[in-house]
Amino acid sequence: MSPIQSGPAPRKITIGRIGLYLFLISMVAFFALPLFVMLITSLKTDEEIRLARIFALPASLNFSAWATAWSGACAGTICNGVQAGFWNSIQITVPAVAISVMLGALNGYALSFWQPKGGKILFALLMAGALVPYQIFLYPMVRALASVSLYNSLPGIVLVHVLFGLPLVTLLFRNYFITLPVELFKAARIDGAGFWRIFFEIMLPMSVPMVVVAAMLQFTGIWNDFLLGLVFAGPDNLPMTVQLNNIVNTTTGSRAYNVDMAATMLTALVPLSIYFLSGRWFVRGIAAGAVKG
Amino acid sequence: MRFGKWRLRAAQLALSPTWLTVIVVYLGTMAWTVALSFTNSRLLPSWDWAGFAQYQRLFDTSKWNLALQNLVIFGVLYVFGCLVLGFLLAAALDRRVRFESAFRTLFLYPYAMSFVVTGLIWQWLMNPTLGIQPTFQGMGWENFRFDWVTNRTMAIYAVVLAGIWQGSGLVMVLALAGMRGIDAEQWRAARIDGIPVWRVYLSIILPQLGPAMAAAATLLSMGVIKTYDLVIALTKGGPGSSTEVPAKFIMDNMFQRQNLGLATAAAVVLLLSVVLVVAPFRYAAYITAKRRAGQL
Repeated sequence: MSPIQSGPAPRKITIGRIGLYLFLISMVAFFALPLFVMLITSLKTDEEIRLARIFALPASLNFSAWATAWSGACAGTICNGVQAGFWNSIQITVPAVAISVMLGALNGYALSFWQPKGGKILFALLMAGALVPYQIFLYPMVRALASVSLYNSLPGIVLVHVLFGLPLVTLLFRNYFITLPVELFKAARIDGAGFWRIFFEIMLPMSVPMVVVAAMLQFTGIWNDFLLGLVFAGPDNLPMTVQLNNIVNTTTGSRAYNVDMAATMLTALVPLSIYFLSGRWFVRGIAAGAVKG
Repeated sequence: MRFGKWRLRAAQLALSPTWLTVIVVYLGTMAWTVALSFTNSRLLPSWDWAGFAQYQRLFDTSKWNLALQNLVIFGVLYVFGCLVLGFLLAAALDRRVRFESAFRTLFLYPYAMSFVVTGLIWQWLMNPTLGIQPTFQGMGWENFRFDWVTNRTMAIYAVVLAGIWQGSGLVMVLALAGMRGIDAEQWRAARIDGIPVWRVYLSIILPQLGPAMAAAATLLSMGVIKTYDLVIALTKGGPGSSTEVPAKFIMDNMFQRQNLGLATAAAVVLLLSVVLVVAPFRYAAYITAKRRAGQL
């Protein structure tokens, strides 16, 4: 093992160096093995699973459990797999992300450049709202949405995600816009551009990187949501996470563990692909979201 | 000046949906919930004033006390575990290792996945008849035990383990970013003084990571109080009620047991505990900001 070329890297192998790599390798096992076990279990047959050798590779690549998980696994008495949940999650997540990111950008822009009266109070209340456990909001929200016929509907669950997503997206965009030079804004105002024109023609195009980060963060967050989907989506629009839990933790019938694992993998696939494809952007998003302004 | 006023009005208009959200959705529903907690509502809300009766009943309920106890055990171990492991991972990666970005990607991926998926994965690994336990027993370690999800005394630690697996990557990312921002001069000085590397990380680097670690701790603590899906997927609150948590207690009483008054009282207690957890962090941040401003 040769040392790395750049910087004051250690030149020889020391005991400390060996310990370091041993630590890292054991951590790789800790973090990677669960996913690996899921994957190989989803490819095994029932007989292989009953051998109880969880780390053994499957005898052959058998994707039938994946097919069953997608379109035939049962939650209670309904056996449609996770596909309906997948499409529900898409229908919930896409509009919720689009609307909340747009509102967040608008909020961040209005708060940082225009500084309207009460803006600071609004921002503080919004940040405080993000800390409140959802259980405080749930029952009144159910009643309020029911009174306008939005409870158990697709627009209803989208609206709920937008409302509860506002603090994070607003924070991201406010923190982004306060780093932009205010001269840019002043010049546009001198040229006679108004509130909306500056937003759509200057600020929004300039904030594309933040739009991407916020959209990614919101997408994974809303896709991974369980509680809000369970309470507000209604039986016909249950997101994939809720359906997955219903399938795996269903009490009727004998459990097909390979199908369960395939269903779990399918549910994890969307956020995982976003993570593996976007890498640094995802990290930037959580770093930006973690540091409160 | 008329134009300026009109433009500010545009800003207010743009913010109006958010104002509406804050006032109606956040403050309005909160007031509603607090009000309900002082009534004897069961399936449907009633407005019969019950004073603190629901709160009294709540703390007489052994399940709730168990849930609070679990919240403390889980919260302390989970936050502390994530901070320690995340810091160790960051320090290891900070040592100019090969394939650093591959390691980083691998340590963070669980954070991208939902708590439901995390819970189901670990439920499978700890399955007492087919998971890791029989695998190791089959290899000759007859006394090997890893049946935490079905073991009353260990089940809450199963939730902790799964939580740490999911969350320590977040701490790693934040800590590593902080470490990369630290002046290389300090390393040179420490080397000249002959201070061992581990000592530098503990006594010199760690104190400077204060803001990053505080941000991570706040995020993780918020997750603790919201913990619901992880428990539902991993143990369903069992065996018995050994992994009962407040969020689950509230959900059960609100939507299944028709104990609206009790559930809302529990939600208010949970809110107060958030204030207790967050207030010190915010206060510390406020003091630091003030001190910094004073120095300038």
